[in-house]
Amino acid sequence: MRRLMVAGTLALCAAAPAGAAPDPVRGEQVYTRCMACHALAFDRVGPRHCGLFGRVAGSVPGFDYSTAMKNSHITWNDTTLDRFLTQPLKMLPGTSMTYDGVADPKDRADLIAYLKLANETLECRKRAPANQ
Amino acid sequence: MSFFHIPNPAAARRLFLGRSGLALSGAAVALLAGNEALAAKSEGAGLNDVQILNTALGAELEAIAAYQLGAESKLLQKPVLDLALTFQGHHKEHADVLRKTVEKLGGKSVLAKATYNFPVDQLKSQADVLKFAAKLEQGAVSAYLGAVPLFGNRDLAKAAASILGDEAMHWAILRQALGEVPVPSAFMS
Repeated sequence: MRRLMVAGTLALCAAAPAGAAPDPVRGEQVYTRCMACHALAFDRVGPRHCGLFGRVAGSVPGFDYSTAMKNSHITWNDTTLDRFLTQPLKMLPGTSMTYDGVADPKDRADLIAYLKLANETLECRKRAPANQ
Repeated sequence: MSFFHIPNPAAARRLFLGRSGLALSGAAVALLAGNEALAAKSEGAGLNDVQILNTALGAELEAIAAYQLGAESKLLQKPVLDLALTFQGHHKEHADVLRKTVEKLGGKSVLAKATYNFPVDQLKSQADVLKFAAKLEQGAVSAYLGAVPLFGNRDLAKAAASILGDEAMHWAILRQALGEVPVPSAFMS
C-alpha cells in the first residue's frame, strides 16, 4: 500500500508541470529564438508582435508577407498561434517563416503568455491600434 | 586563451582572424553556388528550400546592416570594432552564398531593405551595441537550427549547419566581450 502511495505521489509530481500555469518569464527566454527575425515594436524579417492578438494574419501595413500568409484568413489567438508555432510550414505551406517550430507544448504556452504580457507593456501600448 | 585577454590588440586580431579562417573554410561547404553536382541533383531542393534560403538571406542582410550601424556608431573601440567588421564580413559571405544558391535553384533572391528598424535610441555605449549584436546572433543560431531540419536537400541542410556554427561562435565571443559566460548551456534551442 505504502509503495502504491509513493508511486502515486511520484506520478502526481511528474504530471504537475503539464498542468502548470503558463510562465511568461520563461516565455521571454523562449522568445529569444524568435529574435533572429522578429521584434515586438517594429518590423524586421518578420512582422512586429505588438498588436498580435486579434490581428488578422498578413495585415500589418507595409509588411511584405508571403502570398500564403496574406491569403490564410487566420486571426491570431491562443489556439491559432499554438497551432502555427507547432509547425509553421505544416499549418501554412508557403509561409516565409521557415522554422521547424516550437515542439514542446509548455514552451509554446509560455511563449504565448509572454507575447500577451508584452502586448500590455508601454512599448506596445505606445502604438495606436491603427499603426499595429 | 581569449583574444580579449591578449594585451596587444594587433596580436589579438591576428589570433582571431587565424582562428576564424577555420570557420570560413567550414562555411566553404556552403558554397553551393558553383557546385555543379548540387545543380545536377537539385530536384531534392524544392520550393521550400528556396524559401528557407531566402528567409535566411533576409536575416543575413539585416545583420550586415546592423553591424554597419555598430561600426558607424563611434561607440566601438578597437579591437571590438575590428571584431564587428570581421563578423560583418562573415555575414556578407553568408549572404553572397545564399543569394547565389537561391538564384542557382531558379528562385528570385530577396534584396536588402532600403532602411532597417534598429533600436538606435537604446545604443548609448559599446556594451549596448555588443548586447544588441549578441541578441541578433543568438536569434540567428535558433533560426538556422529551426531551418536545418526543413531542407529537402541534405547538402543545403549541411551548408546551413555550417553557417549556424559560425553564428554560434559570434554569439559566444560577443558574450565573452560582455563579460558573460560565453557558452551558457550545452544545447541550443
